[in-house]
Amino acid sequence: MSLALELVWSRPDFQLAATCEFPDSGISALFGRSGVGKTTLLRCIAGLERAPRGSVRFNGDLWQDEHHFMPPHQRPVGYVFQESSLFAHLDARGNLEYGLRRVPVARRRISFDQAVQLMGLESLLARRTGELSGGQRQRVAIARALLTSPQLLLLDEPLSSLDLPSRAEILPHLERLHDELSIPIVYVSHEISEVMRIADHIALLESGSVRAAGPIHDLLTRPDLPLAHLEEAGSIFEGIIAQHDERYHLSYVSVAGGKLAISQRAAPIGQRVRVRIDARDVSLALEPAEHSSITNILPGRVIDVTEDRDPAQRLVRVDVGGCPLLSRITLRSVAQLGIAPGIELYAQVKSVALME
Amino acid sequence: MIDLMARCLPLIRHRVLLVGLVAGLLAAAPAYAEQLNVAVAANFFGTLQKLAPKYQQANGNELLISSGSSGQFYTQIREGAPFDVLLSADTDRPKQLEAEGLTVPGSRFTYATGTLVLWSPKADVVDRDGKILRSGGYRMIGIAEPRNAPYGAAAQQVLTALGLWDKLHQDRKLAVGENINQAWQFAATGNVDVAFVALSQVSTDGVITGSSWLPPQSMYTPIDQDAVILARTSKRATAESFLNWLRKDPQAIATIKAAGYHVGQ
Amino acid sequence: MSAGFYSPDDLVALWISLKLASTTAVLLLLLCTPLAWWLAMTRSRLRVLGEAMTALPLVLPPTVLGFYLLLFLGPHGWGGRLMLRLGMQPLAFSFGGLVVGSMLYSLPFVIQPLQGAFQGVGVRALEVAATLRASPLDRFFTVAVPLARRGFITGSVLAFAHTLGEFGVVLMLGGNIPGRTQTASIAIFNHVEAFDYAAAQRLSATLLLACFALLLLVYGANRRAGAIAAHP
Repeated sequence: MSLALELVWSRPDFQLAATCEFPDSGISALFGRSGVGKTTLLRCIAGLERAPRGSVRFNGDLWQDEHHFMPPHQRPVGYVFQESSLFAHLDARGNLEYGLRRVPVARRRISFDQAVQLMGLESLLARRTGELSGGQRQRVAIARALLTSPQLLLLDEPLSSLDLPSRAEILPHLERLHDELSIPIVYVSHEISEVMRIADHIALLESGSVRAAGPIHDLLTRPDLPLAHLEEAGSIFEGIIAQHDERYHLSYVSVAGGKLAISQRAAPIGQRVRVRIDARDVSLALEPAEHSSITNILPGRVIDVTEDRDPAQRLVRVDVGGCPLLSRITLRSVAQLGIAPGIELYAQVKSVALME
Repeated sequence: MIDLMARCLPLIRHRVLLVGLVAGLLAAAPAYAEQLNVAVAANFFGTLQKLAPKYQQANGNELLISSGSSGQFYTQIREGAPFDVLLSADTDRPKQLEAEGLTVPGSRFTYATGTLVLWSPKADVVDRDGKILRSGGYRMIGIAEPRNAPYGAAAQQVLTALGLWDKLHQDRKLAVGENINQAWQFAATGNVDVAFVALSQVSTDGVITGSSWLPPQSMYTPIDQDAVILARTSKRATAESFLNWLRKDPQAIATIKAAGYHVGQ
Repeated sequence: MSAGFYSPDDLVALWISLKLASTTAVLLLLLCTPLAWWLAMTRSRLRVLGEAMTALPLVLPPTVLGFYLLLFLGPHGWGGRLMLRLGMQPLAFSFGGLVVGSMLYSLPFVIQPLQGAFQGVGVRALEVAATLRASPLDRFFTVAVPLARRGFITGSVLAFAHTLGEFGVVLMLGGNIPGRTQTASIAIFNHVEAFDYAAAQRLSATLLLACFALLLLVYGANRRAGAIAAHP
């Protein structure tokens, strides 16, 4: 585990008592409602705030404890703020070079061109900050943070100040970050859809403390956590593009427990993809339907059945090839079909969203 | 140097010319020229500016003139101002400095005596006997502040002697300026009809502008202006020579008189 | 006495004024930059005290300021006695004394624009710089100063122009000694007192034009700096 923190902060308007560890690779999401302390926690990691009690350790280095505080400019951390916060007195290139210049050449692991290419900034370098759109500014901000060759990248709700089209523009770049960088990333967000799309690991923050932390597939479907009870609750599956069907314009994704058909994509065979299945799109059947329009059917075994917010609904967690799948069905169906832990049945997936 | 010249002389054709040139240069070069720091009261500033080149011609020394108010100079001198000579507008300040040991003993003397005049810039306003004061043909009279300015005090004395002071005060017909210049400005700008000002302000070479009345000297304490050498000076001899010149030189005396002052008792 | 348009004394007075104004402006910038930075960034309760003290010269009558400075810097005051002990002449009645007086007199005109400009930089820009490996001093010079450029321009030009017009302090503290402490503004006053209005007008017009040109410069430069800062 690379980033370990234990922070206690008690103010009249705000309480934080968070103990948490983050893995040393992949994107870890710090998720919770607005105002719960996610940004404060992130700022403490970066050294922009100092919690009066607690410690922050990274890869064995003590960044902070009661007696010792490493200031932010000495921590190998890259930080992307919610509003891009580019320097107004420098153009895009100047902003990008600001951090790069302060890293000794021997310690640079990302070159200027690499960062520019990763974020697609080739044509924007000479522009002044006022001439960039919101999405472009955030991309520059991310590249700027990367150019300090950080060992840890922190992103504080980088998309929340952007409109939908800009968000759609940036997300692919964030996914590339995930794929092409080996440094751990901590991503603060209150939007579950963002998290579902890019995070590997999630820490759930509630009332100032970390309620739970773990791999995203697990936490999304755990019935004891509020994530599974969200309107948009669902499951994440990692898969590979297995084949394309030209005749019916379909592509098949191979996941644990079976294959899922989706509308045809241009992606090559063998490409790793992530798919999202909303709980409300999963119906359950004791026998595989034969004359039904639903083609995505996965066999599995019921793990548990739990109450949902709506008393008429139940959440059923099904083990599909070792991965949990969440289904939301009526209490009546549960009773009539006799759905209980251990029962083998078939999950019928009406709609699959490819995270792209 | 001299025998070098002696050896060159035979070689130079126009010897006479050369000798004449050198002699001329030597004659024209002034004796070592000093600068004297003189603090002068504002009312005498203009006159001193006229005197300075005459003194320089006579003596070769230059006057660095700083103009200001006597009160300001008094404070500054106590705080070590680098003046060599003070030409005050009154006798009080030099006397005080003397009492405090800040002057060269015995150097104080009256270099000029001011004359009070009732004046209007317009001709035919003030009559030669000053009857206008009693007849009341004016709305306001301008005077300098009696507590600060000797001319103001003198004006008050004249009006008191004429029995007019209290009434003018009650009727609010007095415009009191901060100093004698302000009093003059009141009249010059027409804000008052007449004002008690210094003769030096309104006369040039004995000719008084506008119309005026000169109150008899008996009506007010003489407005003596004293000069004094300051103890701090490092140029005592030069200072003494300047004050001697000021006191005795006929040109100096003539200039001071022409500016509207009395000289001597 | 007149050699051309100005008399030689007037030229010297103008030169002293220009020297005084530029020396004051430069020294004030050096002194006030850290002070204004502290005032802008601190959250301590001393801030209010600091702001009141640096605004004080604005409300003090110049002659009062000059008078107190004279007492302080003269041979009987603390400042003067310190100088004497160090083997130097007291500052009163010297150009150095005028510089000290002008610095005090024009202090608010530098501190206030600078403090405002630093406050306008905002904490965020400095935090960003910190996350980009900039040490506190580095952040100050490479982020705060460029973003506060307007404050520097305004402050230095205001200090210059304000000092050019200074009268009461310079008169009291300087003693109006030609060639040493007689500035253009005092020379103008002298001309008025001596009824030489023509000379007074010549000198006044010169000062007026100089100040006007400077102000045009300030507003012109501010406009350009503002255009850059308008798009954060």
